[in-house]
Formats: sequence, structure tokens, C-alpha cells
Amino acid sequence: MSRTESTDVLVIGSGFGGAITAYHLAAGGAKVVVLERGPWLSGPEFDQDFKFGSSTTRVFDFVIGDGMSVLSGNCVGGGSVVYFAAMPRAPRFVFERHGSIGRRMWPAAIDRDALDPWYDRVAEALPVSQQTWDDVPFAGGLFGAACDHAGRTANPVPVAIDHDKCTNCNWMMSGCRFDAKRSLLLNYLPAAVAHGAEIRPLHEVQHLTRTDDGGYRVHYSIVDEVDYRVHVSTGTIDAKIVIMAAGAGATPVILQRSEPHLGTMPHAVGRYFSGNGERLNTAIFDEDRIRDVLGLSRPDGVPYEAYQIGKGPCVATWDQLDGSLPEYSRFSLEQLYFPPGFGTILAQVPDAVGPTWFGREKKELLRRWRSWLTVFTMSEDDNEGVFGPPPETGNSMRLSQQMLGRGALSYTPTKNTLHGWAESDAAVKDILERDGLSRVMPWTNEVVGAYTVHPLASCRIGDDPATSALDDRHELRDHPGIFVTDGSAVPGALTVNPAMTIAALAERAVPGIVRAAQERGVAVRYGAPAPDGSTAGRRGVLPLVTGSTRR
Amino acid sequence: MTLEAFADTILPGEKRFPDDRAVAGVSTGGGAVASGAIDVLRTEEGGMAPALDALADGLNEHAERYAGERSLPLDDAVPPFVSLDYDHRVALVRELVAADHPEREAWVSLAMFNTIAFDAASHLHTVDALAAGHPGLTTMGYFGPDSDGLWRFPSYSYGRVLARPHPDTTPSGSPA
Ligand SMILES: Cc1cc2nc3c(=O)[nH]c(=O)nc-3n(C[C@H](O)[C@H](O)[C@H](O)COP(=O)(O)OP(=O)(O)OC[C@H]3O[C@@H](n4cnc5c(N)ncnc54)[C@H](O)[C@@H]3O)c2cc1C
Repeated sequence: MSRTESTDVLVIGSGFGGAITAYHLAAGGAKVVVLERGPWLSGPEFDQDFKFGSSTTRVFDFVIGDGMSVLSGNCVGGGSVVYFAAMPRAPRFVFERHGSIGRRMWPAAIDRDALDPWYDRVAEALPVSQQTWDDVPFAGGLFGAACDHAGRTANPVPVAIDHDKCTNCNWMMSGCRFDAKRSLLLNYLPAAVAHGAEIRPLHEVQHLTRTDDGGYRVHYSIVDEVDYRVHVSTGTIDAKIVIMAAGAGATPVILQRSEPHLGTMPHAVGRYFSGNGERLNTAIFDEDRIRDVLGLSRPDGVPYEAYQIGKGPCVATWDQLDGSLPEYSRFSLEQLYFPPGFGTILAQVPDAVGPTWFGREKKELLRRWRSWLTVFTMSEDDNEGVFGPPPETGNSMRLSQQMLGRGALSYTPTKNTLHGWAESDAAVKDILERDGLSRVMPWTNEVVGAYTVHPLASCRIGDDPATSALDDRHELRDHPGIFVTDGSAVPGALTVNPAMTIAALAERAVPGIVRAAQERGVAVRYGAPAPDGSTAGRRGVLPLVTGSTRR
Repeated sequence: MTLEAFADTILPGEKRFPDDRAVAGVSTGGGAVASGAIDVLRTEEGGMAPALDALADGLNEHAERYAGERSLPLDDAVPPFVSLDYDHRVALVRELVAADHPEREAWVSLAMFNTIAFDAASHLHTVDALAAGHPGLTTMGYFGPDSDGLWRFPSYSYGRVLARPHPDTTPSGSPA
């Protein structure tokens, strides 16, 4: 057995929660190691290819649970590599939500005003910009026009995309080979490396134990680069501070597996999971009605037939994001593209005589694929997900070489959640079926349960120890020195895309982590500029930070 | 042959030759079978290969039981599931993938791989699949790449304002 390595700060996972904290701690002077279970790809390695083994399967993790399947990133950069880069801030009322606990679920210290300076830091760093209607692809335009026709408003959503580089190829889920998508590979991660952080791909953390000096020993396996089911070796690293950022589908599993070594975990570890109230509807449009009712046509005269063209979600309607409405009836609707191989199986045939998601009629639906429009609901669910006993390794039992696994998450939607889904389905129908524009059916939950790309809240922050795993500084209750900064810390559904909020919370958590590291003798300080050296965001937050900055 | 018949139940196609038995022939154009469903199932990457024989046997046992319960005659020349006509195949598959069926995960997985063969041709490079006229991608009207094998859509936007923004939108473009 070789001598155990040690570091000041060990970061598990390199998505938003991991990359942002790794950057600031490294820039502040700490020795930082990042362990990431997926491969490290960039630029031309991002294939425009659906073949098994291309980046399309290498960079993903799809875990089928009981009633809920979770799709997330599996690579250096995590979800930012595969995501659609829609980056809205969460509406004000979200922070006042009660959810399943009957009182405000967010910590008293956090509301929209308190988070805005941290949102600003992220917006500067990636950067995030507002789209115009000229940036919006045909599918987003069609959704916007349909909303308008139905007397509703619709907005181009803010995105982290460099429009000059974007080719609207719609391969962004396989990683962006044109570097148009502002993933973490282009900002926080290279800046962290420039400050000495070490990122180790294909390192899957399994559990944590304690060291004699009050720190933690992190146990990992090294994963084969082609067949992720195969682990080629194991190792450990000791650290004074551990930052858990493996994502909301994986962080609680690592903590569950560590419980025999670390002692009892807070009750909320692996509970209160939220799928962000997600739901998808697929509409099949009548091309003639698009022209006749909405007056739309492409430059080549075709009304639409453009499902494949574009760049993920670009237009959303926020009419239902009204804080005065009762909880569980507020949601946003967003146009979205799901490429083949991931989602067509879940599209159902409207008015089917036979089966809805396979068979003769489904084939006919696929013939009209170019005229599809997918609308994505993000609503208020009831945090009803619970993780069962952890699998042997990782966060699932891997079935395929890459991507596909079976996990222990179970999710039975409550009446509240079902109510939110039903209201959003009705709104989608109202917008898209008006005047014969299209026929629309929700994706089925029957095949793999509900489906989320926005897992949240499995290890959440809060003021009440009974219902939150972390205090408002993201430190794991009763386990000092362990911080959780990924989507699992977000207390509940956000009614919009969550990455901007996950990132802002990670930014906000950094000064507290710096202080904890200082208390353990690490020479580190807070106050790095944005990864590209910009300083406006830092100017905004420095007055809020006390104690962790030193001249 | 049994697994071909299952694939054809999920996304049906036209018969490959006049006395094709696996493919029921209830749809025009190629279905999951012609799209390479069996090749996709056999890939090492997919992880299904070791289970295929057991799945085929299981499906035939279910077919025998299903036929027995309904006194349907089975043709000994082909496996029991292949012997069922399309509507019976559908009815049986609906049973197997129903929420309360103990084996549903296995049959849903099989259906998932069949769908992936049709809509993504995951056993082939996408560029090659399109060049060879892959039935699934072609049926869906999947646009091909530029001559360098990369996708770009220079014409992508209606390029005009199509809706009023929400009144409570912040200057940065987020909900207030
Ligand atoms: C297809 C898709 C589209 C999306 N589009 C959007 C969008 O447009 N807007 C938006 O806001 N959000 C979007 N999201 C969601 C967004 O990507 C996530 O909310 C976000 O990435 C979560 O950040 P995180 O830090 O919690 O975790 P992640 O980004 O998931 O990072 C976790 C990392 O930890 C690694 N990891 C897991 N287990 C281990 C382990 N045991 N050891 C070591 N490493 C481990 C993972 O490989 C991963 O890299 C999308 C997601 C998907 C899948």
C-alpha cells in the first residue's frame, strides 16, 4: 500500500458546484484536487454522432429509478457540457415556498435579493446574455407565436451561448464542438487549473472515512475509460475540507455509503428529492395551420418542419410564474429540443386506438418528426423523492458500458405534484391546439417513470435540522468540514431551469468554505475576480463577505 | 427471429421479402428491424447481449401461455411469438410492459433499444447511417450534415419579434 496522498481541499464532481468552488479555493491559494468520475473531453472530441461510444454516450449518466429517471452529465464539466445553457434566475416567490414542510423551506438568509449579487457573478463569468428574437430558432419562434396567438406573453430566455460561434446544429447535448456553449470547460475549470487545481477524470468517489486529525479520507475507484462498469484500481486521498458536488442524483448516495464510517447522517440526506416538477409534452403541428393561423414561414417558404434545427430551449412563457397564485399551480413552459435516442420513445400518440408510445401509430407519428414541438414544464413538485440503500458503487448499478444504470431513487408523485402537472398540461393544450395548430400529448410516465434533467434537493440547505441536511453555509450538519454545493443543496423545485441558481449558491457558499479552510490552517483567502479577470461581480459581493478576506 | 418480431411490434415495418414471418408487414417503409434493432441489441456497448437468449425464450413462453388462454392455434414452423399476428403481439407486449408486470423492466429495456435503433442507429456512425439511407432516420426526415460531416443550419430563425415579453422581466432577461 502506498502512502496516502493529501490535499487541502478535495472536490467531488466538476459540474457547477464543483468547478466554481474549485476555482475560488485554488485562486485563493489552497491546494485543490478535483475527482471526477467521467472523462475529460473538449472541442473536436465532442462528436456529432449517435453511435454508442461517441461523446453522446460517454458524457451522460441516465439512471432509471422507481418512478423517476435522472439524466445528468458524466464528464469533466458535468452538466454544463451536456446542458442547453438556458440560464434564467429563479423568480422571487420561489424563495418563499413552503413545499412539503408547511413553512418556508429556504434558509432565512436567502431570498432573491440576497442571491442577486451572486447570480451577477455567474452571469459575468460564463457569461450569460439575453437572447433576441433573431437568435431564436424556428421552434422557439413557433412556440412564441403560438403563445402570442393564445393571448399570452413569451420571452427569449437568457443563455450562456456565444451566438457568433453557434451553428444551430442542435447537437449541444453531445457537447459543443464549436465552443459556442459556454460550458465550465471554457471558464471556471481552466482558471482553476491555471491556479494549480488538479482535475482527475475517471475517478469515481465511493465513500468517505475520518482521519485522526479531524479531516476526511476520500476513497475512490478508477473507472475504465470505455467500459464504466469496470473499475481498474482504487485509491484514497486525505483532505482537510471535502466539497461534495457529484450532483443531486449522486451526492446523497456517497454520503449514505459513508454513514457506517462517519456516523449518522442528517435525516434529510437522500430525502426530499425534487425533479423540478418536470414534464414534457410533444405537439405534432399542422404545417398549413402554422402558415394560415400564425402567418409563419421560413425563408424557403416551408412553414416550419424544423424540429431538428436550433439550440435547445430558447423561448419560455412565464405567465404562470405569478407569486400570488397558490403553490403547486405556478410553472413555466419552455420550448425544447430532445434529440433522437433520448426522448422519442416517450412521445405518445394523441387519440391512439392502440398503444400510445409504440406500435403502428407511433411509427406514423415519427414520420412527422420534423413538425414536432416539445414543450417542457417546470413546476412545483412536493420533494417526494427518496433514495433507497446505495448500490455497490457509484450512484447506480451500471447496465450498459456507458450511460445506462439502475438506481435506488423512488418517486411517487403526490396529489400536489399531479395537480401542477395537470394544470400545465392543460395550459400547453390551450396554447398549442388552438385553432387546429397541433395535437399534443404529454410524454408518458409509464415507461421509465417521470424523467428529470434537473435533479435537486436530495441534501438540502435550510434552517431546520429536521428537514435540511445542510446549514445555510452548505456545511453538512454534524459533519464539520464537509460542504455540499451542487444541485442537491437547492431546497426545492425552482419553476425554471436550475443551473443559474445552483451556480449562484455555489458562489455564495465559497466565503464560508474559505473560512472553514482557514480555521483548519489552510493559507487561503477569498476575493478572486471572474475567471477571465473581470471584477464587476466581485465588487458586488465583497461588501457582503466578512472574515474570509485578508489583505 | 423472436426478437425481430418484438422489434417489429415496437416500430413496425414492411416485409423484407415476401414470406418474411418476423416482420408482420403492417407499415410501409422500414421499421425497427430494418433499422438494425438486432445489431443494436448485440453491441457490446449496450449491455443487452448476454440477456438476449433468455429474453427470446421468455417471450416465447409468454406467447404460448397467451395463445393457450385464448385457444389461438400456433404454427410450429416458427417460434410462438412470431406465430402471433400483429394485433396479438401488441396485446401481449402491452401486458408485459404494464406498470404492474413483474418483468416490465426487462421488456421496457428491450423496447428502448429497439427505439434507439430506429431513431438513432446507435450501432452506426450517424453520418454513415444517413449516407446508407438508414430507414429510421430517413423516415423521420433527419437532415444530413455538410460535406465535412458536421451539422450547421445557417438559416434557423424567423428573425422577428413573435410575442410580447412578460411585464415582470428584469433588464438581464430573467423573471423578476
Ligand atoms: C440534457 C440536459 C439539458 C440541460 N439543460 C439545462 C439548461 O438549459 N439550463 C439549466 O439551468 N440546466 C440544464 N440542465 C441541468 C444542469 O445541467 C444541472 O442542473 C447542473 O449541471 C447541475 O449541477 P451540479 O453541480 O449539481 O451537478 P453536475 O453538473 O451534474 O455535476 C456533477 C458531476 O459529478 C460527477 N460525479 C457523480 N458521481 C461522482 C462520483 N461518485 N465521483 C466523482 N464524480 C462524480 C458527475 O460525473 C458530474 O460531472 C440540463 C441537464 C441535462 C442533462
